[in-house]
Amino acid sequence: MAKESVPVANAGEASPRGRRRLPPELSILGVMIGMMLLFEALGWIFEGQTFIFNALRIKIMILQEAEIGIIAVGVTQIIIMGGIDLSSGSVVGMTAMIAASLAQTEGYTHAVYPGLTGLNPVFPVIAGVVCGMIVGLINGSLIAYTKIPPFIATLGMMVSARGVADWYTNGQPIGNLTDAYAVIGSGWWPVIIFLAAAAIFHVALRYTRYGKFTYAIGANPLAARVSGINVERHMVLVYTIAGVMSGLCGVVHTARAISGQAGVGVGFELDAIAASVIGGTSLSGGVGRLTGTCIGAVILGVLTSGFTFLNVDAHYQEIIKGGVIVAAVITDQYRQRKRRTA
Amino acid sequence: MLSPTTAQAIRESGAVPKSEYLLEVENVRKAFPGVLALDNVQFKLKRGHVHALMGENGAGKSTLMKIISGIYTPDSGSFRLKGQEIRLNSPLDALRYGIAMIHQELNLMAYMTVAENIWIRREPRNALGFVRHEEMRRRTQELFDRLDIQIDPEIEVRDLSVASRQMVEIAKAVSYDSDVLIMDEPTSALTDREVDHLFKIIRTLKSQGKGIVYITHKMNELFEIADEVSVFRDGKFVGEHPAASVTRDDIIKLMVGREITQMFPKQTVPIGDVILSVKNLTLAGRFQDISFDLRKGEILGLAGLVGSGRSNVAETIFGVTPATSGTIEIDGKRIDIRSPAQAMDSGMAFLTEDRKETGCFLLLDVMSNMQIALLRRSHVKAGFVDERTLQKLCLEQKNILRIRTPDLEETILNLSGGNQQKVLIARWLMIHPRILILDEPTRGIDVGAKAEIHRLIGDLAGRGVAVLMISSELPEVLGMSDRVLVMHEGRQTGIVDRKDADQVRIMELASQ
Repeated sequence: MAKESVPVANAGEASPRGRRRLPPELSILGVMIGMMLLFEALGWIFEGQTFIFNALRIKIMILQEAEIGIIAVGVTQIIIMGGIDLSSGSVVGMTAMIAASLAQTEGYTHAVYPGLTGLNPVFPVIAGVVCGMIVGLINGSLIAYTKIPPFIATLGMMVSARGVADWYTNGQPIGNLTDAYAVIGSGWWPVIIFLAAAAIFHVALRYTRYGKFTYAIGANPLAARVSGINVERHMVLVYTIAGVMSGLCGVVHTARAISGQAGVGVGFELDAIAASVIGGTSLSGGVGRLTGTCIGAVILGVLTSGFTFLNVDAHYQEIIKGGVIVAAVITDQYRQRKRRTA
Repeated sequence: MLSPTTAQAIRESGAVPKSEYLLEVENVRKAFPGVLALDNVQFKLKRGHVHALMGENGAGKSTLMKIISGIYTPDSGSFRLKGQEIRLNSPLDALRYGIAMIHQELNLMAYMTVAENIWIRREPRNALGFVRHEEMRRRTQELFDRLDIQIDPEIEVRDLSVASRQMVEIAKAVSYDSDVLIMDEPTSALTDREVDHLFKIIRTLKSQGKGIVYITHKMNELFEIADEVSVFRDGKFVGEHPAASVTRDDIIKLMVGREITQMFPKQTVPIGDVILSVKNLTLAGRFQDISFDLRKGEILGLAGLVGSGRSNVAETIFGVTPATSGTIEIDGKRIDIRSPAQAMDSGMAFLTEDRKETGCFLLLDVMSNMQIALLRRSHVKAGFVDERTLQKLCLEQKNILRIRTPDLEETILNLSGGNQQKVLIARWLMIHPRILILDEPTRGIDVGAKAEIHRLIGDLAGRGVAVLMISSELPEVLGMSDRVLVMHEGRQTGIVDRKDADQVRIMELASQ
């Protein structure tokens, strides 16, 4: 009975092999660079000019994606928490209208509120952001306390918020905005706002209790509750933050366009979700990072900008973009499965 | 090489190859990043025998079984089924070769009926390709009659108790008419009576010449049902012995590589004042009129059959499902507990029964899993988490509980069940509770780790922590508890003192 002579292993201690994990964004960053190089090569072949080293093109590209990026900062957090937000695009439209209506030039006779023209730009900004916040609060409360699926709650909000935007001026655009307000959308301001928000929430997600709870709820809401987390309150908080980001995007967009239009932001919600998912955020919750989302937003921008540069028909652009989004999710799932069986 | 389809055809023809061994596995090696899960192991299963696999968590038993059932592909190794060389590429291959596995974690579809679950992919169909529900129901009934299982084939699985689901899983595996049945801790959710029933089924299968691989942590089961036992340790095959010729202590020694002297080291500790007092606690539809006092340093066992409402009582005290009536007092003060957060503020901690459902954050790393309960009250400055101190605290727990993980950044999904459980225990120890509620603290855990956890519970009680412990394992309840509260169908049927408590007395109260 004692012929075995297997050495007694130290049962507790696993080998202290230093397995340094590479940041998961690395692969997606590679995809981004590869894509840029591809367009550069195609540029020289078909157009005889550079793609990357055209400052104006890159600026337009980045400015365009900054708006999506601002929403995506909020949406990524919602997805990490295991939710989804379909309402962000409509909220952009709604807050754009509300902000614009309070940013019209002094004495403009056809103003929405003739008595409230020439205001300090602080007021329209706050109005837009607060409206976004209220929408987020409603989204979050509906989802947390009535337990309806986030998809349904935010789908309803998507329709309603768009309705508010259309109703606000019966679909009339709001023009004649003050120069002081337009500053927010000029130059690099949208990009700065986007990067600042991304940086703040990146730190929040990684190093604060807020972040730890967000990941925990996304990974397992039941276990989060048993661990003493007030899951409902946290959900409301995260949706509210996302609402603020959508409101901010509405403000930035009107300032950039120097007019408020009820139709803006259509489809933004899907671009924001796409940026998150391309960046490695898992739709099943618990996994994701804002650095990935930023890269995801840039990838979307490179695609749009690159195809325009190559004079690819707009319809083809959409078709290919859809394919890229799906491909990103497929590779991501494949990567996760490999990790899981490991 | 014998192909799966040929194998299936041979089996259906009813031909019986002569080889003595149903399954022979040799030199199997399987490495995962950072871990050598199986190091040249072997395994042989005889026709009509029950072969038990023993080993600590992470010893490689489950990995080997996943290889045999086609879920993992090994790095190297040879497989012979009834003397013929085979290769498995998928679970479907395994089923075609006549190898069926009953998983430790249940894999049934909750919103489908029992019959649909059993015959999935093999539904009887009519000429147009539609499923013949009546025929499916009939076949299920026939199967259940044969196995003496009393479950309505038409009921949806989500309406079944865990124990009944386990029986459905077993019936499903039997329905494949496989030659090799792998059972991975099939009794962890079963009561004694159901275990007897399972053993009866196993004996029938044996007499039909089937071979059964039986993974368990429970010694008494081993000696009751197994013919052979193979022991694994740290991914290595340690030895195979006839079950009749080894003792319990032999096996423990082989498994752990050291001796464990006492299973339930009950320490006599001074019992202090009443800390938790529960009166007429009721949760409508689940349990009613539960009353007890829990004192500092006391371990109160909560026994009863699965479904008697034990876990519901724990959940209600912890605020997961607030009570519909009755009172809870802590230190003599009445507290209306409506949420787990509130219970934690009163000094409680609650290790839940279901690791996967309500315990682990499977996608997160070990450290996040461990620190989450602590974060609610401390180690956060201005919202920022004090990573450095927490890292130290988590490492400390990892060492004390001997949690086997490469590092704290490992995803908890990649840990074995026992190590996951230890991480969850660490989560609650880190908040230094005064009242610790444990629901099946050692389910699915090997003897070595089990003894450690028992010692730990004893130590905590020694330090004045009041412990409420639910367990389906009577020896555990009897060995650990100062008093045992017994429940039957949602009612409290008695509280027995340690000196009067024995298996018979408890079972009488539990089954009335």
